[in-house]
Amino acid sequence: MKLTDTYFLTFAALLFTIGAVGLLVRRNVLVMFMCVELMLNAVNVTFVAFSKTLNDISGQAIVFFVLVVAAAEVAVGLAIIVAIFRRRRSGVTADDIDLLKG
Amino acid sequence: MNARDLLDTIWIVPALPLLGAVVLGLFGRRIGDPRAGWIATGLLGAAFCWSVVMFAALLSLPDEARRNTVELYTWLRAGALEVNLGFLADPLSITWILLVTGVGSLIHLYAIGYMHGDERFSRFFAYFNLFAASMLVLVLASSFLLTFLGWEGVGLCSYLLIGFWFQRRRASSASVKAFVTNRVGDFGFMLAMFFIVGALGSLDYAAMDAKAGGIAQSTATVIALLLFLACIGKSAQIGLHLWLPDAMEGPTPVSALIHAATMVTAGVYLVCRTAPFFERSGDAMTVVAIFGALTALLAGTVALVQPDIKRVLAYSTVSQLGYMFLAAGVGAYSAAVFFVLAHAFYKGTLFLGAGTVIHGTHDEQDIRHMGGLRKYLPFTGIAFVIAWLAISGVPPLAGFWAKDGILASAFFDDAYVVYAIGLFAAALTAIYVTRETLLVFFGNERFHPAVATAAGSDVSGETGAGEDGSAPAAAEEVSAATTSAAEGAIVSEPALAHAHVETASPTVDYGTHTAPTHLEGNPHEGTSVMVFPVLVLATFAIFAGLLNLPFKRLEFLTEFLDPVFGRFYSPYPTSFVAGLTLDLVAIAVAFTGVGIAFWLYRKGLADPELDPLNQRLGALARLFGNAWYYDKAITYLVGGPIRRAADWLAGVFDLKILDGAVNGVAHLFGFASRGLRRVQTGLVRQYALGIVLGAVLLLLYAVARVGIS
Repeated sequence: MKLTDTYFLTFAALLFTIGAVGLLVRRNVLVMFMCVELMLNAVNVTFVAFSKTLNDISGQAIVFFVLVVAAAEVAVGLAIIVAIFRRRRSGVTADDIDLLKG
Repeated sequence: MNARDLLDTIWIVPALPLLGAVVLGLFGRRIGDPRAGWIATGLLGAAFCWSVVMFAALLSLPDEARRNTVELYTWLRAGALEVNLGFLADPLSITWILLVTGVGSLIHLYAIGYMHGDERFSRFFAYFNLFAASMLVLVLASSFLLTFLGWEGVGLCSYLLIGFWFQRRRASSASVKAFVTNRVGDFGFMLAMFFIVGALGSLDYAAMDAKAGGIAQSTATVIALLLFLACIGKSAQIGLHLWLPDAMEGPTPVSALIHAATMVTAGVYLVCRTAPFFERSGDAMTVVAIFGALTALLAGTVALVQPDIKRVLAYSTVSQLGYMFLAAGVGAYSAAVFFVLAHAFYKGTLFLGAGTVIHGTHDEQDIRHMGGLRKYLPFTGIAFVIAWLAISGVPPLAGFWAKDGILASAFFDDAYVVYAIGLFAAALTAIYVTRETLLVFFGNERFHPAVATAAGSDVSGETGAGEDGSAPAAAEEVSAATTSAAEGAIVSEPALAHAHVETASPTVDYGTHTAPTHLEGNPHEGTSVMVFPVLVLATFAIFAGLLNLPFKRLEFLTEFLDPVFGRFYSPYPTSFVAGLTLDLVAIAVAFTGVGIAFWLYRKGLADPELDPLNQRLGALARLFGNAWYYDKAITYLVGGPIRRAADWLAGVFDLKILDGAVNGVAHLFGFASRGLRRVQTGLVRQYALGIVLGAVLLLLYAVARVGIS
């Protein structure tokens, strides 16, 4: 069996869907965070797959940017989550944090 | 230093009084009572000296080169329009600055005596100097915009000075009235400037002189009429004249300087300066002449029966201003300028004389309560008599030559109706001034309440429905007893101090009568600073005729102004006989007027209630006395229908429709926001769902467009 880019793209699509559905259905903030990471990495896989197929290195270069942004996002996001946990011991699901509403 | 370099320093003339206004405005209180007045007078005197230097410099140039513009800097630049702050020196502006600084200095000097003891003495002189500076800017400006600056400046000073004694309710409302009425005219000035920019592309007088002859006649008419609207406001011509009589609430030096000698003649200056537009239009000149003649006539009739010493002079001023416009309207510009000069001298004398009388009788302004004052105010009396003869048109005083010049111009211009009206107005002038002079300075003495009571008038009542008694014999006795007390000597200053301003105005309306003011002792002559300027002005009133005698090569003023106006004059056939006949007619009219009034008032008033002229005119007297009910009609119109229309505009149109539209838009957005803000739930997962759904939709769209290959 030869691995064509169809496999990679299908895998990435599955990964992205799992992440997206997870983000929508789970309320645990940490889990939601991990789902975001799944989606980001699904995109990364797509980039690399196309880079390989089209023989263009820039796709892989962009992956590095995505990784950096993801790392930064995790750092900031986790800090916020920790701060929220410190402030209120219970009720820290995503639906409880709804002060910013119209 | 040649003459042109010298003329470039003409900005010093307005700068000197402006300096005075700033210094007195900032440090006036510290400078104190007499000194502030001396500083103001000194600075304006210096400006006069510099004006004389400017005059000499201009004379040293050849006739056709007598025009010098100095541009100090670019004031504003907008697209093609560029306005420079520049001063124009030509015969017209030089004549005017000599008048403003010369007469202005004398009246400043007078005011030192008149305002002595006033709580806000230095403030008065700050305003007075600011007025002089504004007036000088007005006449020296090289462009319409700078003239407009001066125009507004004098309007402001007029407002400040009319309301100088704002403790008097009438004074404060009169100042507002003057300001608002002038605003109507100023609106014409502004519109005219817009049209001028449109027609000429420039606001400079140089551009006007060069190009105004080439614009369409209709444009010229519109511009000229709008400019004349401004003149109607500023110079109190019929229609907008109603502020000037009320302006007499200001201190008398203000009435003399601003509301007789200088500011109100700014309209005449503007018509003369913008003559190219009026000449191009032609129709506009007819309008000016008609307005002038009507004003001269109507204001003259009103002056006949007024009981207030200053009101008579105020209506007289309106009437004389009408004469000036009459002259400008028939194209006799230099005659108009000559009349402005002569009028400044004799009307200045009359006003300052009236001021001394008011001052000497402690705020009495009712001429029915005066009489025989020549005994107590000898110098003022002499000056007043000179000015009386001058304004009446008795030769060889200034007024005769000035008035005759205008009437002759009207006659030779074939404006016979205007000529006839002018002649009739001249007779009226002679009558009312003679009446005032005789009632104030001659006849029986009526200034002591006892006399008035003895004569049978109502002392306490406002309405003055005194019983019909007559006891001239008693009046004579009392006056004989008081004669020896004070031979019109010049009284020492402290006795004259006006320390406190009463809240009630001493102005006397037609048809009202109050008791004479309480006067301890007899009326007294003013101090020397008050007497001197009056006598100087009276001297000018005698000899000013020499400026422009209607004989060949003696028309100095006309020849001096020739570079400005010469191109507008068309030679008309004159004959010596025709001229002489006109002179004789004018003299006859003047003497008739004086004679009528003399016969009526030769004995003064037996009873203050019974004014002979008033009695003889009957119903007409009420019409004249109430100024043709114009003021009342305007009050009714503005207070009634216009007020209601304005209320509707403010209460319904503005509040409901204009504001309603604005508020409606705001309400619409508020309403929409209240609905839309529910979208912001604060739930992160809902937002994420939204994003996902959006992404899915975009994907579907892309698939639908492109299709899956």
